Amino acid sequence: MAEAHPVGFQWVVEAQRRGATVIHVDPRFTRTSALADVHVPIRAGSDIAFLGGIVNHILSNERDFREYVVAYTNAATILRDDFVDTEDLDGLFSGWDPDTRSYDISSWQYAGMAAGSAAGNREIATSAAETTGAGGAKLEHGDPPERDETLQHPRCVYQVLKRHFSRYTPEVVEQVCGVPPELFARVADALCDNSGRERTGAFCYAVGWTQHSVGVQYIRTASIIQLLLGNIGRPGGGIMALRGHASIQGSTDIPTLYDLLPGYIPMPHAQAYGDFSDYVRRNAAPTGFWGHMSAYLVSLLKAWWGDAATADNDFCFDYLPRISGDHSTYQTLQDMLDGKVNGYFLFGENPAVGSANGRMHRLAMAKLDWLVVRDLVEIESATFWKDSPEIDTGELRTADIGTEVFLLPAAAHTEKDGTFTQTQRLLQWHHKAVEPKGDCRSDLWFTYHLGRLLRERLAGSDDPRDRPLLDLTWDYPTEGPHDEPSADAVLREINGHDADGSLVSGFAELRDDGSTSCGCWIYSGCYADGVNQTARRKPGHQQSWVAPEWGWAWPANRRILYNRASADPDGEPWSARKRYVWWDAAQGRWTGEDVPDFPAATPPDYEPAADAVAERALSGREPFIMQADGRGWLYVPSGLVDGPLPTHYEPHESPVANPLYAQQANPARELVDHPANAYNPSAGQPGAQRFPYVVTTYRLTEHHTAGGMSRFQAHLAELQPEMFCEVSPQLAAECGLEHRGWATIITSRTAIEARVLVTQRIAPLRVQGRTVHQVGLPWHWGGRGLVTGDSANDLFGLALDPNVHIQEVKAASCDIRPGRRPRGPALRRLVESYVEQGADT
Amino acid sequence: MTGYDDGQPRMGFFTDTSVCIGCKACEVACKEWNGVPENPFAWTGESYDNTSSLGANTWRHVAFIESGGQSTASTVQSASSVQSEDEDFRWLMSSDVCKHCTTAACLDVCPTGALFKTEFETVVVQEDVCNGCGYCVPACPYGVIDRRESDGRAWKCTLCYDRLKVGEEPACAKACPTDSINFGTLEAMTAMAADRLDVVVAAGRAGAQLYGDGPSGGVDGAGSVFLLLDDPEVYGLPPDPIAGSKHLPSLWGAAAAAAVTLAGAVAAAFVGGRR
Repeated sequence: MAEAHPVGFQWVVEAQRRGATVIHVDPRFTRTSALADVHVPIRAGSDIAFLGGIVNHILSNERDFREYVVAYTNAATILRDDFVDTEDLDGLFSGWDPDTRSYDISSWQYAGMAAGSAAGNREIATSAAETTGAGGAKLEHGDPPERDETLQHPRCVYQVLKRHFSRYTPEVVEQVCGVPPELFARVADALCDNSGRERTGAFCYAVGWTQHSVGVQYIRTASIIQLLLGNIGRPGGGIMALRGHASIQGSTDIPTLYDLLPGYIPMPHAQAYGDFSDYVRRNAAPTGFWGHMSAYLVSLLKAWWGDAATADNDFCFDYLPRISGDHSTYQTLQDMLDGKVNGYFLFGENPAVGSANGRMHRLAMAKLDWLVVRDLVEIESATFWKDSPEIDTGELRTADIGTEVFLLPAAAHTEKDGTFTQTQRLLQWHHKAVEPKGDCRSDLWFTYHLGRLLRERLAGSDDPRDRPLLDLTWDYPTEGPHDEPSADAVLREINGHDADGSLVSGFAELRDDGSTSCGCWIYSGCYADGVNQTARRKPGHQQSWVAPEWGWAWPANRRILYNRASADPDGEPWSARKRYVWWDAAQGRWTGEDVPDFPAATPPDYEPAADAVAERALSGREPFIMQADGRGWLYVPSGLVDGPLPTHYEPHESPVANPLYAQQANPARELVDHPANAYNPSAGQPGAQRFPYVVTTYRLTEHHTAGGMSRFQAHLAELQPEMFCEVSPQLAAECGLEHRGWATIITSRTAIEARVLVTQRIAPLRVQGRTVHQVGLPWHWGGRGLVTGDSANDLFGLALDPNVHIQEVKAASCDIRPGRRPRGPALRRLVESYVEQGADT
Repeated sequence: MTGYDDGQPRMGFFTDTSVCIGCKACEVACKEWNGVPENPFAWTGESYDNTSSLGANTWRHVAFIESGGQSTASTVQSASSVQSEDEDFRWLMSSDVCKHCTTAACLDVCPTGALFKTEFETVVVQEDVCNGCGYCVPACPYGVIDRRESDGRAWKCTLCYDRLKVGEEPACAKACPTDSINFGTLEAMTAMAADRLDVVVAAGRAGAQLYGDGPSGGVDGAGSVFLLLDDPEVYGLPPDPIAGSKHLPSLWGAAAAAAVTLAGAVAAAFVGGRR
């Protein structure tokens, strides 16, 4: 965190000053480890075993916060009798179909009811989702799930969890992760000792957890720990997803993702849904706050299509594009290679350096008709046609590439108004400090004027397919010499308006009759009272410690989600020390330090009537109001395609065999069959010994992601001027690597070179009786800028998490040898020799 | 002492290395604010330190010291040995800067008056006065001030004199995310340093110590106080800095005495010669 989020890390330092124990789990000893109280070196790709060991520690020693667990989680809920765990199927859950490589998730459900996932039937377009998520796990609500609050029923979640994780002993943690039992015990005890009524603990993670073929389940394991320890919905608790850039949170809230509409409303699917009411019936949960999905969606459609959106035409629901499957980055990449994609926009994205298997991206972009690159500088993705590594190897010839590249200079964040949304869902307005230079323009300017020009081109068209564009409310006021659209007006649109055109004060005012509009329901209220709430900057010492008047957090300016859980079932704080939100019987309202995340006047003893819907269908004792059953999910009956419980699988490429199951890697992981995406054999496969080392990637404080904002800046470039690899003294000795010399790192995709930094900060680990060496690679470099170097991402293949299609670049296998890599066509020959020999030896 | 009598207290830094995360924001903020040129793009392989030292083009320098653990040649014997190594291993980080000495040798030897003491008792080079003679460079006991190759003049930290003039803190302190670099009256900084030392020592960092604090710290006191987690030498700092110029008066005195003696002897010789 200190490495990649130094500004956020100030609060970790502050917590430490106040007595917090800081534990850092990382393959390397980093700048974070330097300040942490405990550093745990771990084998990259083994975190579920480590976290699962903590779950087992909590359950077998009964360290869970039992009252919280029984009252607020689904621990007591009883599962169907046909659910079978991985422990009984050698690494598979019930419902596995080897032909489609996907699960039928029906056996994972609660007994007697089917609970929908919090975000509706997400369009997870794996083959699994075609039959389940998209096609139709039916949502049958109304009956409360069967529960055993004594937690003794053999099929209750608590007992299922206990059996599932019982194998994750400290010894197994050592065998899988290379973490000695004493060190593991120190971590487990610290967590348990700092949880309960009086204390709370928090997890922070970043892409070290997500970028795996089983990444979503990493986070799930942390969720189980935090729910068992009572660390969700309480001050000092939680799981903080540290984002990779400013406003990555914002780009999922108002998404750049293909399968979501603003506010996590699922994108409609071409085959699955008929009309608007069918869509809402299938996606909106009858219980919990998703019960109002139709109001959120209608208001969104009204924001986009205004007067054209009427009840008679389903508020232009049919104007929304439909998805037909997976349209994520890597699927698009494959389609590009297959010649199915003509044009491509890159907004501040540099896939030639920043995406896994960069070579594949560069080969793919050479097949486009046109490419628009909007960036601060001329990045590698804009020049692949003349100076990419494939030009050097002869795989691409400039004369043969037909891609027309439009490089458009972009304005930096200091040169435009707008908001950033960070991990705590806090929106913070930034004011333009200086005018952008020359032809540099904001993304808002570009998008607005592109839309304006397209609409002008299409004016007068009577082709029905042009109606969605022509009917858009595209009327933002502009200002200045370059007709810059008003970001303030966009924020107002996002906040939403009522029938009179007044700004609404929050999403509770949104209606599904077309009388309200709102660009993103969870952001509704960010412009309440006609005030840009996100621009508030009241200093901390002038307000309460929660600082509600600094910026604005969605939803409804709540700083901690599910904060009803900070009080006990009767509405009393769990302890005076951790008091946050509580029931004020005299006033008949929830009150406290934060905006209560609960219907304000619903008392703790409220019991819903049988026909109650939405949030009224949840009792006064169920804090997790976005869940259909109002409870935190230790076990996930719906919403994930690769298992209702996390379990340890090896990375797709691993020199280590899975000691738990015959099933080596996540069975549902997505693989890409393409000649440019050959895979390394893993342990147990012929040729695995050709790639004996674990390789992981990371960022350095001195650089920003793919380098567009740092390698071109002298004052940053000079701080880390060259691509390097980090290896232990032992690995250096084993391979003959010389400190400050050169190394070549090889996978089945390519070989790259890097300077050698021999350091004890990347220690070898003992795993299953042998030494496992890890190679650390920062991934900032490319062929352009003031400082250049090979791109670490070129080494990695596309093996993806099946839930979110993220690439596994935090753990793979490699070989490393001394010296520089070959130049020209010889580079491919080296790699091919590995692939060929790999299969034979 | 500095010739100012407006009651302006002495201002300075307290650099608390126990919370330094080595982000180098201080280096970058300093260069951006002061328009300091970049260094050659050279990878050193010295941990994460590619800045190497303070100099004309580096007014803040973050040192990275990897120490402890095992020697580079040995191999892993067992899991427990890996662990015991790691417990001993330390990665120290520290942002170094001009000490703004009470007795500033650079200033003492400057023949043009380019170096001067400000009303904040900080030591600043006036770039339009400096003639690049370079006397100040060897005079500095810390190796801070340095001549810039491109223009030959001497450059170093100004403690952001222009920012102090308008009531702003120096750029490095402003940018530091973890409050490793603190800025204020030297009195407050010294007190803060003493408080932090107590906390850090109580937390078990036995080697922690202050550097440059009090009237005897540095050279007759420094405008830049440090909390180090080990001895100064570990960070490349002189344990007992001496300003050569401090002895100039006595040296000149001795020279004067010698001259008088010599003159007397010569006179005596003439007097004697008349006999």
